[in-house]
Amino acid sequence: MEIKALTIQSALAGLRTKQFTAVDVVGACLTNVKKFNEDYQALLAVVDEDVLMAQAKDIDATDYSLPLSGIPIVLKDLFTSDGIRTTAGSKVLEQYVPVFDATVVAKLKAAGAIIIGKANQDAWGHGSSGENSDYTPTKNPYDPSRVPGGSSSGSAAAVALGMCLAATGTDTGSSVRLPAAFCNLVGLKPTYGRVSRYGIIAMASSFDTIGHITKTVYDNALICEITAGKDAYDATTSEIPVPQYTNKLDIKLQGVKIGLPKEYFGLHGMDPRVSDVTRTAIKKLEDLGARIVDVSLPHTSVAMACYYILVPSEVSSNLARFDGVRFGNGRETFGMEAKRRMMIGTYALSSGYYDAYYKTAAQIRTLIKKDFDDVFGAVDVLVAPSSPTLPFAIGQKSNDPVAMYLSDIFMCPVNIAGVPAVNVPCGFVGDLPVGMQIIGPQFGEERIYQIASIYEKETQWYKKTPKI
Amino acid sequence: MSDTLTSSDLAHIAKLVNLSIDADQYDLFSSQLTAILDFVSRLQEVPTKNIAPTAQVTGLTNVYRDDVVDQPRILTQKDALANAHETHNGFFVVPAVFE
Repeated sequence: MEIKALTIQSALAGLRTKQFTAVDVVGACLTNVKKFNEDYQALLAVVDEDVLMAQAKDIDATDYSLPLSGIPIVLKDLFTSDGIRTTAGSKVLEQYVPVFDATVVAKLKAAGAIIIGKANQDAWGHGSSGENSDYTPTKNPYDPSRVPGGSSSGSAAAVALGMCLAATGTDTGSSVRLPAAFCNLVGLKPTYGRVSRYGIIAMASSFDTIGHITKTVYDNALICEITAGKDAYDATTSEIPVPQYTNKLDIKLQGVKIGLPKEYFGLHGMDPRVSDVTRTAIKKLEDLGARIVDVSLPHTSVAMACYYILVPSEVSSNLARFDGVRFGNGRETFGMEAKRRMMIGTYALSSGYYDAYYKTAAQIRTLIKKDFDDVFGAVDVLVAPSSPTLPFAIGQKSNDPVAMYLSDIFMCPVNIAGVPAVNVPCGFVGDLPVGMQIIGPQFGEERIYQIASIYEKETQWYKKTPKI
Repeated sequence: MSDTLTSSDLAHIAKLVNLSIDADQYDLFSSQLTAILDFVSRLQEVPTKNIAPTAQVTGLTNVYRDDVVDQPRILTQKDALANAHETHNGFFVVPAVFE
């Protein structure tokens, strides 16, 4: 069976009508792991085949009534997984085998999912290309000379290569949406506080959101129904009930107001080919009945600077806990980007610089959040490009941290404000995928999924799988 | 405002954050961190007088749990020590603070 073209929705239908078994599905994923992992470096750990087959057989003895019965899933390596090595993409945790599951991992298992393995990533989530993995960079399944986007680089590659039907990711500044955009996939950055962070190795605690990557919007919404919700182990999770997103995907676009942030469309350095594809996608939304209006997010030009003070500050504090005593190796094993971020953060928080850097950035965060609050008083959602460029060549930005940081220019502001956004595939330039973001107000996942779903039904870009 | 980080600044920061920097990496880190500081210096152009800082976006305050032992969450001693490089009589061995 061909996993590359299979969705969770069609896999569940096939299992429930006895067209194939979980053993078939898991077996086909493992075949792709064996075929592609050496060349693409998507996974850092694969669960033992006998264990996976035993789990699949157990599922095959049921009536597949769980929401993810027998669905193979890969976890980003920041997700703590009981008994499966969890490195965060870093050499600091090269031998770390956790003794508990993150809340999201426990929820996925309880929903019948089968955990295939752990995905490669930029170490600690620091990066936009996958090249900051302390192991080896992941390659883009659509063109192996290019990056798959990061930091959830292996998660996106694993889904595109048919090693699983979905993969988890974290998004602190772009890390689910950018790899989804670069690999023609749907990637959700949920509202901050929608999905529990318990057991996810922290990057920047007031920015980290726990998302996932799938082929289709339906699949994405299905997983969000399972992972979202209040968790007693994460005090920042919300009591707001989780809707059954998958039951509400079919709406009409008539009357829906979509805002285009003018600062995002006038960006210097934007690849005109990406612009054209995005404009065509917006025209499609308009043809489907949406009203398109220009809006402004006035503090966009300082959002990246704000992000690169606040996030490294939180990084320096979170990574201070890794001392090599209770688990992990010593601090000399941190990679270059983690060291850079810890030093910038420490500097921004240090005596004499705190007011000029950290406090100013925290004040500007207020202004950026207000930009989004104001604009959502006037429109239902925002639509913007996901990336200013196509997937770039491996090595192109790896020696210039500031150039790499600017890959996320359309995405970081969303994390500063804490609102949700989904990347939806919106076309190709040659064989290279282009993604667009649909951004909603706080806890507006339902609305962004609806708009993404209507667009996807009309365009079906997800059907163009990599030529491998 | 834009700061240039000298080698001694870098050594001071590295000490604060408990990192050792290789001698041959000082120049690279100095130039990269200076470039990052130069990039973030544009923040100073934004008027922020009387703007309250934002540290979190949930709006939640004073989230408590019941003050009871959560038995399933507690690791056994064996599990807690499972990843330690060095243990002694069921405890972590930590670097000596005093000689």
